[in-house]
Amino acid sequence: MQQLPFFYFGGVALLCAVLVIVFRNAIYSAMALLGMFAHVAGLFIVLDAPFLAGVQLLVYAGAILVLYLFVVMLLNVGGRGPALHKQAPAGIFLALLAIGELGYLVFRSHFYPKLPAIPHPDVPTLGNTETIGMVLYTQYLFPFEVASIVLLIALVGAIVMARGRTKFRQE
Amino acid sequence: MVPLSWYVVLSALMFMTGLVGVLIRRNIVVVLLCIEIMLNAVNINFVAFSDYLHLIDGQIFVFFVITVAAAEVAIGLGIIISLFRLKESVNMDDYNLLKL
Repeated sequence: MQQLPFFYFGGVALLCAVLVIVFRNAIYSAMALLGMFAHVAGLFIVLDAPFLAGVQLLVYAGAILVLYLFVVMLLNVGGRGPALHKQAPAGIFLALLAIGELGYLVFRSHFYPKLPAIPHPDVPTLGNTETIGMVLYTQYLFPFEVASIVLLIALVGAIVMARGRTKFRQE
Repeated sequence: MVPLSWYVVLSALMFMTGLVGVLIRRNIVVVLLCIEIMLNAVNINFVAFSDYLHLIDGQIFVFFVITVAAAEVAIGLGIIISLFRLKESVNMDDYNLLKL
């Protein structure tokens, strides 16, 4: 009975992921992706990571997906024409190769059962969000700063690329 | 209790779904959506291992993966809009600018 949430969230997330590549219309694909994000957030709650579940819903479903929908509606791309491109047979061959390799890796691996938590009687236990904040601003401070630079570069790059005809592109 | 291997198998299946989508779909917006599926599959793996090993570091990495995904989406959609302006199309078959 404890496995029921895993099967529900995992199964629906996988189903939505398959629907993303099955739907011909890009809007439907984006909607299926929304369902996948929501159920992956549910999996995070099952796995004791409620902070990440909130971030997943806010950032992925709230920001990234809206950006996708804006672009799909802006470009007005319908589901016309074939869904697969011309070199799809080669792609399917490569995908089968990768699936075989990954299946081999998974079934050759040994998994250990869940480790018991190490008890620290003199350290007060913090919540999930507090622990992430503590570790993020001490041990991972430098990657955190690098992430802010990555976001700044992405901001400037997106504006430059989506802005259109600039001086250096005129011949 | 759900064993760790089930999460790994689920994550592998979702990653493969995303990979197949990237390799075969014609619409470039859907290809970018499939990259998101792959990133989410990796995130499930990170959080599952973080829970089973009682280490918070996996969740920190998911945080960074989400940051990079947001940056990637902004840049990727900028490239798509730029390509659409150039070619009037979102199909992979029409993008042959680098072909000799």
